[in-house]
Amino acid sequence: MALRMWASSTANALRLSSVSTRPHFSPLSRCFSSVLDGLKYANSHEWVKHEGSVATIGITDHAQDHLGEVVFVDLPDVGGSVTKATGFGAVESVKATSDINSPVSGEIVEVNSKLSETPGLINTSPYEDGWMIKVKPSNPSELESLMGSKEYTKFCEEEDASH
Amino acid sequence: MATREVGRVGLPLMNIVRMKGVPILQQLEMEECLLRTSSDNWCIINDGTDSPTIVMGISGKPAELVEISPVLEDKIPVIRRFTGGGTVIVDHGTIFVSFICNKDAVADVQPYPRPIMSWSSLLYRKVFQGIADFRLRENDYVFGHRKFGGNAQSITKSRWIHHTSFLWDYETRNMSYLKLPKRAPEYRLARDHLDFICPMKDHLSRSDFINKTIDAASSHFSVSSTIKPPSNLKFTPNSRLLTEQELEAAAMKSFQ
Repeated sequence: MALRMWASSTANALRLSSVSTRPHFSPLSRCFSSVLDGLKYANSHEWVKHEGSVATIGITDHAQDHLGEVVFVDLPDVGGSVTKATGFGAVESVKATSDINSPVSGEIVEVNSKLSETPGLINTSPYEDGWMIKVKPSNPSELESLMGSKEYTKFCEEEDASH
Repeated sequence: MATREVGRVGLPLMNIVRMKGVPILQQLEMEECLLRTSSDNWCIINDGTDSPTIVMGISGKPAELVEISPVLEDKIPVIRRFTGGGTVIVDHGTIFVSFICNKDAVADVQPYPRPIMSWSSLLYRKVFQGIADFRLRENDYVFGHRKFGGNAQSITKSRWIHHTSFLWDYETRNMSYLKLPKRAPEYRLARDHLDFICPMKDHLSRSDFINKTIDAASSHFSVSSTIKPPSNLKFTPNSRLLTEQELEAAAMKSFQ
């Protein structure tokens, strides 16, 4: 646990990864999870990237690491709606289904169809190829209550340290 | 954060529901309803189910997991349940134990599959202490290298269920309805069902197992018996019985 906390602090100090670069997982970096600047984060470990009128949503590196190998993803249909802090789908990993909660409310405009054939993208590329849904936010002010990268990093450290 | 209700000794409350011979679909519907609509902690124990039934996990594909022709011929029900995990065939020899908990009730356990699985193994270690060589191996409960209990979970934002089907006894002929799964634990080593599993009856009686499980739970919770959990007529469960048409279509598709 001490090594994990040291590594997490180091990652935070280095502001590891940016929005434009694919996270690179070296053997050392597997000791901690990557957190990208420029995204917003929910305390249920989903991320959201707001660009123009569209918000892209997925689960964080911390979440995929704790869930284990994802073998199945259940996502809603385009045209449906999501509500902030409520479930819109689920992933199956190990022997569990785990709810995925939306950080924002809105209408679903796109769903990542690659995940039905390759659910492991959530593990290998949680912030890029493993995105889950794209939403047209109905209330963009909801983003303001989400955590930034520093706050989320600290949240993850505290959560791991308390168990 | 939900208020943590505590019993007299400062432990969170848990309602124990003991059933016998309840159909597995009914049990699964009850469990999912409690997971999604209750804020209490529950331990559901079903001592055997009424008739042989195949139960797949949420992503189970019948053509890959089940010998569809004999299943259809012998009219064996096939259910897809709301939790993850693999396929089992359950009957009167199966004892089901399910823990439905608020994550704050088991605060030192992170609400993810592996920590919950590990917590459950510590509870059951107490049950089998001095009785058998019990271990959690990958995600199965084993005696030595033979599986006697299969686990599955569902995790929501603030609650989780960990449920287990224990093979107290089983009909060897029923195992022929199941295929060798593509995804199997490494320790299975491609063994067929009868070489892979073992019955619990060689080690302790049904009542001893159930009583010891409740005793083990009481070290984590302040337990009390409940006759019947509340139902919520507005809740629509996800576990369901597959139709004959769906099974036939799955069989046809696998031949293409």
